[in-house]
Formats: sequence, structure tokens, C-alpha cells
Amino acid sequence: MTANTDETFDESHVIENDSAVIDSDAAADSQDFITNQINKIHDEYQQGKAEGRPEETQPRIDFAPYRSSVLRHPTKDLHHADPETIELWSPAFGHRDVHALEADLTIQHNGEPLGERIVVRGKVLDGAGRPVRNQLVEIWQANAAGRYIHKRDQHPAPIDPNFTGVGRCLTGDDGSYEFTTIKPAPYPWKNHHNAWRPAHIHFSLFGTDFTQRMITQMYFPGDPLFSLDPIYQSITDQQARDRLVATYDHNVTSHEWATGYTWDIVLSGSNRTWMEDEDAE
Amino acid sequence: MTQNSTQLVATPGQTIGPFYGYALPYEKDSQLVHRAHAGSIRLHGVVYDGQGTPIPDALLEIWQADETGVISRETGSLVRDDHTFTGFGRAAVDNEGHYTFTTVNPGATQEGKAPFISLVVFARGLLNKLHTRIYLPEDTDALANDPLLSSLPEERRKTLIATREANGDLYFDIRLQGENETVFLSYPGA
Ligand SMILES: [Fe+2]
Repeated sequence: MTANTDETFDESHVIENDSAVIDSDAAADSQDFITNQINKIHDEYQQGKAEGRPEETQPRIDFAPYRSSVLRHPTKDLHHADPETIELWSPAFGHRDVHALEADLTIQHNGEPLGERIVVRGKVLDGAGRPVRNQLVEIWQANAAGRYIHKRDQHPAPIDPNFTGVGRCLTGDDGSYEFTTIKPAPYPWKNHHNAWRPAHIHFSLFGTDFTQRMITQMYFPGDPLFSLDPIYQSITDQQARDRLVATYDHNVTSHEWATGYTWDIVLSGSNRTWMEDEDAE
Repeated sequence: MTQNSTQLVATPGQTIGPFYGYALPYEKDSQLVHRAHAGSIRLHGVVYDGQGTPIPDALLEIWQADETGVISRETGSLVRDDHTFTGFGRAAVDNEGHYTFTTVNPGATQEGKAPFISLVVFARGLLNKLHTRIYLPEDTDALANDPLLSSLPEERRKTLIATREANGDLYFDIRLQGENETVFLSYPGA
């Protein structure tokens, strides 16, 4: 095995299952084949939008170019529910849960990790633009060589003994978060022949309502792999895709220390009836 | 004061991918209460794909009221003290797609309401999160009056109701696709 197993957690299991419903050589599809498949879906979306169909803002969960999605998406429409009781609240996290130093991924070992030191900062907001306060943000990522500390990652790139690639923080009163880390590299995976993921950081977020719970990936501006990546392109709308790309921000960059990026995250709308005191809490 | 006024477009979700395993699980993540806690139960089941094959790389989270129907505002989900009930749990499935939480039966949050546990599902291959509910099977009157369950055809409704095992545990499978596909939910403003 020469490429890492991202998206083929257990090769024998997943590829057999997925390919059974696509074709027996699914794992050997060329990039051109996948790109054409992506472009066709995007063209149909553009045409539909021109004919008045709604703008899409979330990824398609049924997106065949991402092979592993084929058997893992519901085929029935999501059922509309009015959120009730527990769904209108989220778990509370505090300083018992998260230490301030967990936001710096470069100080978790004895030495400095290799790679380009970066700061990523931004705000977590709800759909009404309110800051999401004192909530948990978790991140994980590959190192500067494109390797995860994970037993299933077989990509023959070096592990960095000084980098685990896992961080946490709590948002501030203004919804702000900040991580110091190393810029992750792209890495190969087995979706198709010569498949590479654009560099990304995985983000996990909580809102004020449990219905806002989300996991996503932050990307870096100008990545040449964007148009080739079926996970990123599962979001059919360019404006929506752009919402996952951080901005290089020289005001976040610090003198002789780290380059800086900003990325704000908007959760879905809160359905709770907000009281004055909660807003001011 | 603002209410339900969505002005900003939500950031898109993405798959959890395969490499969350050293980032998201934590010690006692699936133990909302200690196993020795009076009234503790096991909530367990299997996550399946569209061919009925267990999914070995899914991560589940639950969020629920306590036995009396109170929604906890306590911190400490990530660093459990074995006494404080925070109402939140996280469980990565095992190699056979099986998950286990140690928790309590949630009480009704309002008189006559059917108690349920809120569940969110993440998996490699699943491009966005999925929400659903795990209803307790006992209060059949409350279940019959539940607005969500009443809006579903009978064969779909049952995918949201857990089975009570002889020892008091709750069993609940999650089927992402295919026959008996679990009902997954969308909410206003999403
Ligand atoms: Fe990744």
C-alpha cells in the first residue's frame, strides 16, 4: 500500500462494498473521470439554478464522485421537525473541560514541530449573527508532510514526533477562537487513481442549540487541488464552497513568528426564544 | 433581542473523514453516568450502510435530559467526575459498527411529552451530519401524541423508537440507507 487510507478505512471492506454498486474498477477511476463526473453534476446544478431552483448552501450527501458516499447517504428526504426541548439547548463546556494551552498545537511535545507555523483565528456566529459564546471548538489535521498520527494512515510521509495535530478551545464572549498550529500538507487517498486532498484542517463545532452541531473542514486560499477534490466539490455552489476557505490576513501574521489566517464560521439558525438575559449572559 | 431571524448563510459541513480517532474520542466519552450509578442503562446498537453492512468508522453523539426531565447546564462532559450529569456523550463505533453509551432513561421534559434522546451521526463517507431522535418505547400514549412521530407513516415511525431489552437496556440501530432507513431530521433555519 503506497497511498494512505483516508476514505478507505479498511480497504478490503470498503472498496469491495462501494465498488459492488458502481463498477468493479471504481477504485482505479482516473482523475479525469472523477472530474467529469463532478463537472456534470455542477452543470446540472447551474442549469437548475438558472431555471429558478434554490441555491444550495450545504454539500450534497448523495455525491457519487466521493465513492464512499454511495452507500452511506439516506435516500429519503430529511424529515422536517420542529426542534423541541433538549434540541433547543447544547451541552455546556467550561474550563474544567478545556485548558487554554490546548489551542496551541505547536507546544504539545518537547520540541518544535517542523513546517510553517500559522495562526488561524475567527468567530463562531449563529445564523442571526450572534456570537456563540463559551462553546467548544475541536480541530485535527495532518502534519507539514501530509501525515496523520493515526494507525490507519499509511501514507509514506514522515511522522513528526513533535506534532500530534489535535487542538481544542472555548470561544470567547465575542465568539472568537484562535489556534496556533502548523500548515498541513495535501495528502493522497484512495478514492480514485492519483487522488489528493487539498490541505485542510478538520473543525468540530457546537452552537447554542444541539441542532447547530456541525463538523466541517477549513481550506487554504488558492489550493490547486480544489477543482479535483470530490469532497470539497460535493458543495455544488461556488459561493458556498468559498465559505470553507480561510483568508490570508497580514494583520494576524506576526513579526518573525507566524503567518495568519482568518476564518469565520456561521452555524445554522438558533430556534430558541432568546431572552434579554441570555443574550447578555 | 432577536428571534429566529436568520440573516447569515450557514457554513457548509464536510465529512468527518477517517482520521478523527485520535482527536474526538476521550476518556469516558460514552459514559454519561458511571456504570454503578443507580438506574444506569446501556444504550447500544449498530450503524449500517445501504447494503446492511456495519459501518466501522462512524462517530455518534447523544444529548439528553436527566431522569427527571431536567436539561443539565453543568460543564464537565470532557473531564468526567463520575458524579455530575452533563447530558452529553460521544461514542466511536467499534470495528463491527457497534456503539455503546452508559446513561439513564431521560425523563419527559414536559408533562405528557414523549421522552427522547437527541442523536447526531457522523461517518467517513457521510458528507454532512445527520440528526435523529431515539424515543423510549414505554409511554405509548405520549408516543401516539408526539408531533414528529404522528407526522410519519407507521413503517418509518418505528425506526425512531428504541427497543427495551430484558435487562433494562435500550437497543437502537441506525441505518443510513436502504430498507428501514432511519428517519433523519432537518430543522428550520438549517
Ligand atoms: Fe483530513
